[in-house]
Amino acid sequence: MITLSGISKQFKVATREKGVGAAIGSLFHREYKTVQALDNVSFAVGKGEIIGYIGPNGAGKSTTIKVMSGILTPDSGTCEVMGFTPWKNRRAYVANIGVVFGQRTQLWWDVPVMDSYDLLRSIYKIPPDRYKKTLERLTEMLELAPLLGTPLRQLSLGQRMRCEVAASMLHAPSILFLDEPTIGLDAVSKLRVRAFIKQLNIETGVTVLLTTHDMNDIEALTDRIVLIGKGRVLHDGSMRDVRARYDTARVLTVLFKTGAAPFTPEGTTLLSWADGRAAYELDSADCRVSDVIASLSNHMDIRDIEIAARPVEEIIAALYERYRV
Amino acid sequence: MKDNEYLAMFKMKLIEGFQYRAAALAGIATQFFFGFMFLMIYYAFYQGSAEAQPMTFAELASYNWLRQAFLAAFVMWSQDNELLESITSGHVAYEFCRPYRLYELWYSRLMAQRLAAVLMRCLPIIAIASLLPAPWRLNPPDSALSLFLFIISISLGVLIATGVSMFVYIFTFLTMSPSGVRLVIVTMTEFLSGSILPAPLMPPMLQKVLYALPFVYTADMPFRVYSGHIAPREAFMNIGVQILWVVILFAVGKWCFYKIARRVVIQGG
Repeated sequence: MITLSGISKQFKVATREKGVGAAIGSLFHREYKTVQALDNVSFAVGKGEIIGYIGPNGAGKSTTIKVMSGILTPDSGTCEVMGFTPWKNRRAYVANIGVVFGQRTQLWWDVPVMDSYDLLRSIYKIPPDRYKKTLERLTEMLELAPLLGTPLRQLSLGQRMRCEVAASMLHAPSILFLDEPTIGLDAVSKLRVRAFIKQLNIETGVTVLLTTHDMNDIEALTDRIVLIGKGRVLHDGSMRDVRARYDTARVLTVLFKTGAAPFTPEGTTLLSWADGRAAYELDSADCRVSDVIASLSNHMDIRDIEIAARPVEEIIAALYERYRV
Repeated sequence: MKDNEYLAMFKMKLIEGFQYRAAALAGIATQFFFGFMFLMIYYAFYQGSAEAQPMTFAELASYNWLRQAFLAAFVMWSQDNELLESITSGHVAYEFCRPYRLYELWYSRLMAQRLAAVLMRCLPIIAIASLLPAPWRLNPPDSALSLFLFIISISLGVLIATGVSMFVYIFTFLTMSPSGVRLVIVTMTEFLSGSILPAPLMPPMLQKVLYALPFVYTADMPFRVYSGHIAPREAFMNIGVQILWVVILFAVGKWCFYKIARRVVIQGG
């Protein structure tokens, strides 16, 4: 469906020292700095797949999306989406894709949402009966009915984002690019947007490429992530792999009958000890959790046990650190 | 026709434009203030001069009220701020993800905005200005033919103004700030379109310059067709020049637009 190979893109950014002198100087002579936004980016996405495209701010996520949606022309490399090169035959190509930029809006600020949708219908030349059906479907899935008659400016961010996502699906695109679709949303709105994306993917087989900083989005939607940093693809694989490789640290908390003497099983580090409650850290790659529990139960009368893995955010942060991005 | 995106955008902008009733009312009030002020200044000049002027005061009064009524059709300070803002903020990215021709679409968008603003303001101003006492009032058109030619030429004037406007957006792509280019275009066109002084009242040398440029054809010329200052025969020729300008501006604007849009870098995010 989507194949990127060796995509590179540089930007020229004007730079100058701070201060009035430098500002005046820059009137006559500008210094430019080249920023390598994308450096030999390659990956492929299959039909009907959902992939999470993650990386820290400034890593090149949005640039990649802009290349794939035909907005930017890369300096080198090839990109093929559904047989099109996005930045050539732009008009023919973009009829097949839907785009949501979470930080931008595609709907009209001062007119009711429905009017914006009607405009999109004309733009994409959607046959009226198909449009009606799609709209009914989207209205039901995203609970848009009470929102459609309201001007966009009077909607909350969560309501607005639901309208935005629906807007990008009106023409039934084969690919959906979602650039931070859950940014700034509250927990309930996030859940609803996620559920919608998932349902849409299952029902229509739409291919979804999603960038986000919220790892819960990734966990809820997909197993495949592509990690990008400083313009390069650092990791392309399943979330499970990442977990297996980087998520081996466990925190084990035991509640036990009071009166036991302080004790640290082999291979663990004692984090805290109070009478009746102890916490240990261990690395599941080095020692088996079952051995630790066995050794603990020999020593004390265990009443409850809790084993916690690190939250995904921390795993990703560890990944970023590992790759120094 | 139903699925024409350019028409749909036109309709959309009209819908949006008609929402701004308060702005229209305030606009009408302002237009009357300026209309009276200009007329009184002209009146003082006309009283103070013994020579015959190139325009009668009645023609000038009509000219003045038409200018106030149709102001939104041609002034350059009225631009689509939403669109300008979308260029500087990068929201314009969405526009590039749509299967339409951007220049053509924006053209119909800007045209509709001008039209909506004019339609909401012109009728009340025309009605009230027609009821004013004799030397000050908006006179009826010179003839039915003059009225007809006026309607055609003011419509073409809107197209010329739209074509000129597009350059504001083109330059905004380059400079990423609309204020500079806007200022230059506004000051230039205010004077060159006869908004400050009707073209016939300018020195002959300057008139030559004016007629070589498109701006005078946005407003000055249609208003003089209405009052009969430009006779119908002459008007036909002027309308020909207008059409020429519409085509030239559209073609040059479109060429520049796509040339620049190709190099565009979407800001932020």
